[in-house]
Amino acid sequence: MQPALAIEQLSKTYEGGFQALKDISLTVQPGDFFALLGPNGAGKSTTIGIICSLVLKTGGKVSIFGHDIDKDFSQAKQLVGVVPQEFNFNQFEKPIDILIHQAGYFGIPRDVAIVRAEKYLRQLGLWDKSHVPSRTLSGGMKRRLMIARALIHEPKLLVLDEPTAGVDIELRRSMWEFLREINASGTTIILTTHYLEEAESLCRNVAIIDHGKIVKNTSIRELLAQLNKELFVLDIRDPLTECPEIEGYPLTLVEPNTLEVEVEKSQSVNHLFEVLSGQGIQVLSMRNKTNRLEELFFTMVEKNLTGESHD
Amino acid sequence: MTSQQKWIAFITIVRREIQRFLRIWPQTLLPPVITIVLYFVIFGTLIGSRIGEMSGLPYIQFVAPGLIMMSVITNSYSNVVSSFFGSKFQRNIEELLVSPVPSWIILLGYVVGGMSRGLGVGLIVTVLSLYFADFSIHSLPVTIAIVLMTSLMFSLAGLINAIFARNFDDISIIPTFVLTPLIYLGGVFYSIDMLGEFWGGVSQINPILYMVNAFRYGIAGISDINIIWAFTMVTLFCVLLFAVALNLLDKGSRLRS
Repeated sequence: MQPALAIEQLSKTYEGGFQALKDISLTVQPGDFFALLGPNGAGKSTTIGIICSLVLKTGGKVSIFGHDIDKDFSQAKQLVGVVPQEFNFNQFEKPIDILIHQAGYFGIPRDVAIVRAEKYLRQLGLWDKSHVPSRTLSGGMKRRLMIARALIHEPKLLVLDEPTAGVDIELRRSMWEFLREINASGTTIILTTHYLEEAESLCRNVAIIDHGKIVKNTSIRELLAQLNKELFVLDIRDPLTECPEIEGYPLTLVEPNTLEVEVEKSQSVNHLFEVLSGQGIQVLSMRNKTNRLEELFFTMVEKNLTGESHD
Repeated sequence: MTSQQKWIAFITIVRREIQRFLRIWPQTLLPPVITIVLYFVIFGTLIGSRIGEMSGLPYIQFVAPGLIMMSVITNSYSNVVSSFFGSKFQRNIEELLVSPVPSWIILLGYVVGGMSRGLGVGLIVTVLSLYFADFSIHSLPVTIAIVLMTSLMFSLAGLINAIFARNFDDISIIPTFVLTPLIYLGGVFYSIDMLGEFWGGVSQINPILYMVNAFRYGIAGISDINIIWAFTMVTLFCVLLFAVALNLLDKGSRLRS
C-alpha cells in the first residue's frame, strides 16, 4: 500500500537565504493520525505549505498516496485537504458560498456541493450561520469553517496546521471528537499543534521538527516510554508545617496541604505511600503535574540546540 | 482533472466573480454610470454644442463611442485588479492554489469575470447614451469584436497588475498614472488629426487609440486608424498579455513563497 505521505530529502531555502527545511524525510501511513511538532519557526508550516503547494520547495520529493506533487499535480491535490493556521477565506462571503466555491474548484457539481456543504456545516455546528457574512463568525467558528472547507472534496489526507489555536477548551474537545470520527472513517490526518496534550490525546505517531530537521520520528507510545521520571502532586488531608523526608523520593511542600514528589520510572509509588502512611500523612488524591509529552518535547528540542546526535 | 471538472471550476470562478460585483453594485456599477452621464452632460451637451462637428459628426456622436469604450476599459481592468488583489490580501487566493485547477482556468475565470463587468457597464452606458446622442450601428461585427477584445485585454492587464501588487497603492498607481492618461490621449475626446504629425505619430503607440477608433468605426463608420491595423494591434496586445499573465500564474510569482 502506498504511504499517505512520503517526503524524501525535502529542502526549502527562502529568498533571503533562510534555510527552513534541511533535507527532511518522513513517511505517514494511510489511516494514521500523525502529529508534527516543533517550536515556532521550526519548519512545520513550511512542510505543510509544500505538501499543499502554497510553498515552492527547493529540493526533494513529495508524494501523496503515490502521486508526485510535481509530476501528478492534479491527482495529488485531489487527495489533500488543508486547514491553514491563519484565516484565509473571503470574509465577505457566506460560509455556504465559501464551501460551494471550494467544491467547484475541485470539479464537484454544484448540486452535490450544496448537499455536502450542508452536511459539513451541520456536523461542525455552523448550519445556523451558513448564510451570514463569514466575518461575523467567532474565532472558533472560523476555524470550524476552514475544517468544513478542507473536507468538502472528501480528501483522503487531511492536514491541519494548529487547528485549535485560540479555541476554548469545550470547543477544542468537540473538535477533537470530530477529528477522531473523521480519522476512524479512514481519513489520514496530519496535525501540527502547540498543545502537546492535543497530540498525546489524538495522535498515534509523531515527528518532532526543529531548526528544519526531524529530531524524532516515532510512535507516541514509544516516545512516552522514554520518559525517565514524572512529577506528581499529592493532596494530603492534614496540613503540614514541615516537608517530610523520604530517601529516594525528593519531596517539596508547595502548600500546607500539597506535596510534590519526583518519581523515577524504576521506582514504585507503593513504597512512597507506605512511608507517608507510616508518618501519619494521608494522601487524598494524586495527579501528574507535567504534561509528559511536553517534557519530552523540551528535552529533545534542547538537545538539538546543544548539538547532540539523534536517531 | 477531467474536462467536465475543469468546466465546473471555470464556471465557479466566473459565478463567484459576477456575484462579487453584483453584491457591491453601489461600488462597482453605479459610479461608472454616474461618471459617464456627467461626461455626456458636460462634454457632449454643454461643451459639445459649442464645438460643433468633429470628423464630420456632431461632437456628441463623435465622443459617445469613446465614452462607452472608456467605461468598458476601466471596469474590466478595475474588476480584475481589485478582485484578484483582494483575494491575495485576504489570502483566499490560497483556496484556488491548493485546488487542482490549472493556471489557465484561473486566468480565464478571472478574465471572464472582469469582462462581464466591463461589458455589463458598457451596455448600461450604451443604453444611457441613446438618451443623449442619436446614433445607429454601422458594423455590428466590428463593434462586438472590438469591445470583446478590449475588455479581454484590460482584464488581462488588471490581472498582471494584481499579481505584481504588494499593497493597495500598487493597484491604484497604474489606473491613475498610466490608464487614465492613455484613455484621455487615446482619441476619446478628439481626432488625432488635430495633433499634427509628431504627436499624432506618438499616439500610435497608445493601444487605446486603436480600440476607440475601431469601436467608433463600428458605430459611426469613421476612424482615424486603419481598421485591420487596429484589430492586428489589439490582437497582439491580447496575446502578449495572456502569455505574460499565464506565465506569472504558472510560476506562482508573488503568490507562492
